[in-house]
Amino acid sequence: MAELPFWAECLITFFLILGGSFALIGSLGLARLPDFMTRLHAPTKNTTLGVGGVVLASITYFSASSGVLSMHELLIACFLFLTAPISAHLLAKAALHLELRTVSATQDLRSHPGPFSSAENPDVSTESADNESAPEVKSNNQS
Amino acid sequence: MIKKLLPAPWLALALLIVWLLLQNSITMGLVVLGSILSLAIAWYTSRAREEEVHLHKPFRAIQYFFLLLVDIVVANFKIAGLIIGYKRRLSPALVEFPLELTGQVPITILAGTISLTPGTISSEISRDRKYLLIHALNVDDTDAMIHDIKHRYERRLKEIFGC
Repeated sequence: MAELPFWAECLITFFLILGGSFALIGSLGLARLPDFMTRLHAPTKNTTLGVGGVVLASITYFSASSGVLSMHELLIACFLFLTAPISAHLLAKAALHLELRTVSATQDLRSHPGPFSSAENPDVSTESADNESAPEVKSNNQS
Repeated sequence: MIKKLLPAPWLALALLIVWLLLQNSITMGLVVLGSILSLAIAWYTSRAREEEVHLHKPFRAIQYFFLLLVDIVVANFKIAGLIIGYKRRLSPALVEFPLELTGQVPITILAGTISLTPGTISSEISRDRKYLLIHALNVDDTDAMIHDIKHRYERRLKEIFGC
């Protein structure tokens, strides 16, 4: 194993600890937050910096040990930035569709509570009228 | 003529950069092979894209990228603070965000931006593409939040794509 200069070791340690702690906080949030929609926030955001820290540490390590700038780890971060919002979007869409319970403090400011995109559709307007009882179900407090 | 041979120059450039990053070295041969591949892929897949994307101000886009990077780091610290100090009550909200942008790509980028920045996740788009449904983790003043997003991100995206 190549001998690393002191500043590189410091930098790598810093990035690894930063990334590790953010990944830990993200997982902690997944367990601690009260309902599905709020739980979604923790992994989508905190894992980006968690993985980002590990990626930066990897770039520093391989660049310092081989002397050549090693950048292909950046692709991991790029792909993560592309995919994290999409998976969060799909999970949120599924949660809205299933009308999962939310905490009672949630302010629901939708003009058509219930499935969002079908509200404008005239074909299912009768169906959304049946869903008038939906907000009561949603206001059940989970905790 | 150029437009027909090179239907998506930015896609080709992005593909070339990804290719060079994957190879993790820059030599003449790799650049040539990568250019040929990326141009061929951009040309061949142009039939699958239904609308063209015009980048009016490319340098603004780079500026936007760095702004986003800083905001993502700030978002991480904010959410971390909320998770650790979660004793006080959260006030989540579902808010409809009126879109001024048009076009698939700008809206997609805005939705992605919203998901990656502090305390908000874009969770649905209305069928007429005029509203984005946002779930906010902890917000007191929803109008201020909408104003923030409009001012900080949507205005810039509008400039970049010129729509």
